[in-house]
Amino acid sequence: MPPLAQRNLFHDKVRLAVTLTGIVFSVVLIVVQLGLFVGFTSATSNLIDHSNADLWITSKNVPYIEQGVAFSERKLNQARAVPGVADAEKIIVHWTGWKRHDGGQESVQIVGVNVDSPLERPWNLVAGRVEDLKSPDAVILDELYKQKLGVTALGETFEVGGHRARVVGFTHGIRSFTTSPYVFTTFKNAQDYSAMREDQTLFILVKVAPGASVEQARRDLLAHLKDVEVYTAGEFSRMTTFYWMFTTGAGVAVLIAAVLGLVVGFVVVAQTIYATTMDHIREYGTLKAMGAPNSYVYRVIMKQAAISAVIGYVLGMIVSVFVVRASQEGGAAIVMPMPMAAGMFFLTLLMCVGAALVSINKVTRIDPAMVFKG
Amino acid sequence: MQAAIAVRELTKKYEEGATGTLALRGVDLDVHAGELLMLIGPSGSGKTTLLSIMGCILTASSGSVHIAGREVSTLREKELPAVRLANIGFVFQGFNLFPTLTAGENVELMLDLKGISGIPAKKRAAELLDQVGLGEKYGSFPNDLSGGQKQRVAIARALAGDPKIILADEPTAALDSHTGKGVMDMMSELAHKRGRAVVIVTHDSRVMSFADRMVKIEDGVVARPAEAGPVPAGLLVHNVEQTGRSLA
Repeated sequence: MPPLAQRNLFHDKVRLAVTLTGIVFSVVLIVVQLGLFVGFTSATSNLIDHSNADLWITSKNVPYIEQGVAFSERKLNQARAVPGVADAEKIIVHWTGWKRHDGGQESVQIVGVNVDSPLERPWNLVAGRVEDLKSPDAVILDELYKQKLGVTALGETFEVGGHRARVVGFTHGIRSFTTSPYVFTTFKNAQDYSAMREDQTLFILVKVAPGASVEQARRDLLAHLKDVEVYTAGEFSRMTTFYWMFTTGAGVAVLIAAVLGLVVGFVVVAQTIYATTMDHIREYGTLKAMGAPNSYVYRVIMKQAAISAVIGYVLGMIVSVFVVRASQEGGAAIVMPMPMAAGMFFLTLLMCVGAALVSINKVTRIDPAMVFKG
Repeated sequence: MQAAIAVRELTKKYEEGATGTLALRGVDLDVHAGELLMLIGPSGSGKTTLLSIMGCILTASSGSVHIAGREVSTLREKELPAVRLANIGFVFQGFNLFPTLTAGENVELMLDLKGISGIPAKKRAAELLDQVGLGEKYGSFPNDLSGGQKQRVAIARALAGDPKIILADEPTAALDSHTGKGVMDMMSELAHKRGRAVVIVTHDSRVMSFADRMVKIEDGVVARPAEAGPVPAGLLVHNVEQTGRSLA
């Protein structure tokens, strides 16, 4: 086919710029919103997804990890005695106050773990070692929150929950969905920072023996332990994510923004391709008069839409990569996994092709006799 | 000899609101291969409507149309493009070239519709432009061509489909006398040397001498000889009452 589609598209450079701007805006907005959604989703269940536990034991009616209710730590030994359980450990995840040197107060989430257990440990350390948590009052936090918590160097001490805390390490990339950063410490310290009794815990992590059924172990734990719930790690992760993303409406808000981005892109592309089609309506009438079937004319318009989509996608992705990189140092990370980037291409194509349908409808109804009107 | 175009009892009514307009009323007309026929008449007489129906662009309200022996008036609208593509080439008053394609690409477009593309299409397009005297303008855009050159590109494009019938609507209206004569020379050659049936709608008295036959349309009917007005000597004016049928 002679390059009619391309030539018509590039003929009006201003209109092409408007079309591409609309597509780029749409692509970037969708990537940012979906990237935030993915980032938020990951952040909400970070601790659960990075644990090595198969099962989480909680008090009854605990809908998400930040809403733990204390129960007797004696259940730990009961859990360990259940057939199929290879290992179990207590863990605390609880809000408390962090006092900065300037007197300001920040909310943090204390994560109290058994440092010697692989079931839950801080990860991605960039300074210090996990074992340093065994030293008195030791805490590890993410470098992203240093400024927020007033931390400038390792070894600094702060007041947490009315107790002393000494910074012994930094992680990278451990984000909290809420504004309260995770602060890792030992289980004992966590009890102090959270003002919990010594015989209490908030959760128990369970590792199932190799070859044993997770579901069976879960049923057995429920049979042996009273007044608790037992969730698989996946279940508890989904529950926590669902609460933060949908029950609070945060996730819905970003998804709505993503849909709006799609609508804006659709409308801009539809309008500009329609305007281009109207500018060339006589040519399409001539094509039909010459004997071109409607499908030939459709191909010309669809080709314009596809070319716009490809160029707009490439430009949009370039901008998006910069935005994603810039967000890594911020509180809300925008995540763009490869499948999402690939999916965006098809979404952009679909958006542009769908927008072209408005023009398709128009050219279908062209009266070829119009070519005789001077 | 079978007519290239045969029209019988042709009527066309345009529905406009509560009333309609009868654009053509019972027209009979034959056009043969090798003939250059001109349709003349005042504005609004139905010439272009007749041309559009002969070109399978409009459908008649009643009557029959045969193109190369095939009845087309009963075809569905979506079947008509194929008839046009196989049999008819159009030349328009406004040239109707694609401004973003070169002269050569304009001709290639018609070839593409016929399923010819790539190098064979370029070669054939170059040949056709050569035939109309524009071989060196293959890569020129329509904006860079004169009116006469544009019309010759349009003729080359119309010929690209190898049609048996050429329909032209006021092909010289936008051209000066000299250029218009050049275009008419080409039209005449298409009819007399290449055996096409050529039908031209025109108001241009400068070009009427090229016609083998003139048909005057007035108020949607073929005019009687007494009402046809003075015509150049040597021309035969078709009249449905005098001859009853088109020329054999």
